[in-house]
Amino acid sequence: MLSQEGMRMLNDISIVDFVLVDLSLYLDTHPFDQEAMEYFNHYVRIKNKMSRDFSMRFFPLTTDQAESKKEWRWGTAPLPWEGEC
Amino acid sequence: MWSYERRLQFPVNIKEPNAQLAQAIISQFGGPDGELAASMRYLSQKFATPYKEVAGLLNDIGTEELGHLEIIGAIVFQLTRNLCMEEIEKSGFDKYYVDHTLGIWPQAAGGIPFNACEFQSKGDIITDLFEDMAAEQKARSTYDNILRLVDDPDVCAPIRFLREREIVHFQRFGEADREDCSKSAIT
Repeated sequence: MLSQEGMRMLNDISIVDFVLVDLSLYLDTHPFDQEAMEYFNHYVRIKNKMSRDFSMRFFPLTTDQAESKKEWRWGTAPLPWEGEC
Repeated sequence: MWSYERRLQFPVNIKEPNAQLAQAIISQFGGPDGELAASMRYLSQKFATPYKEVAGLLNDIGTEELGHLEIIGAIVFQLTRNLCMEEIEKSGFDKYYVDHTLGIWPQAAGGIPFNACEFQSKGDIITDLFEDMAAEQKARSTYDNILRLVDDPDVCAPIRFLREREIVHFQRFGEADREDCSKSAIT
């Protein structure tokens, strides 16, 4: 079970990542929009930092953040479709 | 290729199971205008798309649709979790239960299995883009119908999110059909 702090961080990651998903589709059809690219560059750095911080403190969000010692952290991470994780 | 991110694009935390509603919502998993058809449509069409920008857009929207398939799967899963036999019989879920227990299987609300004939990959960019725009509107209509059947705010929130994405994708496909976007042919 994820702590309150973990749930808050995961929620923040979802919000920032949604900006990136929506913006990348916009940029696919507006590939020369400088303002949109600056916006994307700004939020992609924030998302990467948040994702790294979350993976260190709670569980790895991706396999490239799943470095493990005693236990395979990727395998023990919660399954997102279970809810309240 | 793809890599997985261990979270849903929009969170799903359903407290009250509702097998009757699950039977309607499963249509967006494996039904005619569902997320499986959507993702397979765009991820199939991309290969023969002659413009790099449009092929890239199909790939990116197709990828997002895989995330939506997962959200719908999570909704159906949580709506049918921990059901007792009495609830399964009373809700009419028994017909699904007999073949799949509580497993998630791609079918339409009426029980028709997923079929690749739900989408087209025509190898003609104009035909494909118009099919894609129509598909987004059909999915939006289906989400509107689902919202008329839902009272539970835990279910409404992710369904509303998915409905909004159909509108954005429709917009982007319309832009892809403009000359100024799709101008660099793949050589």
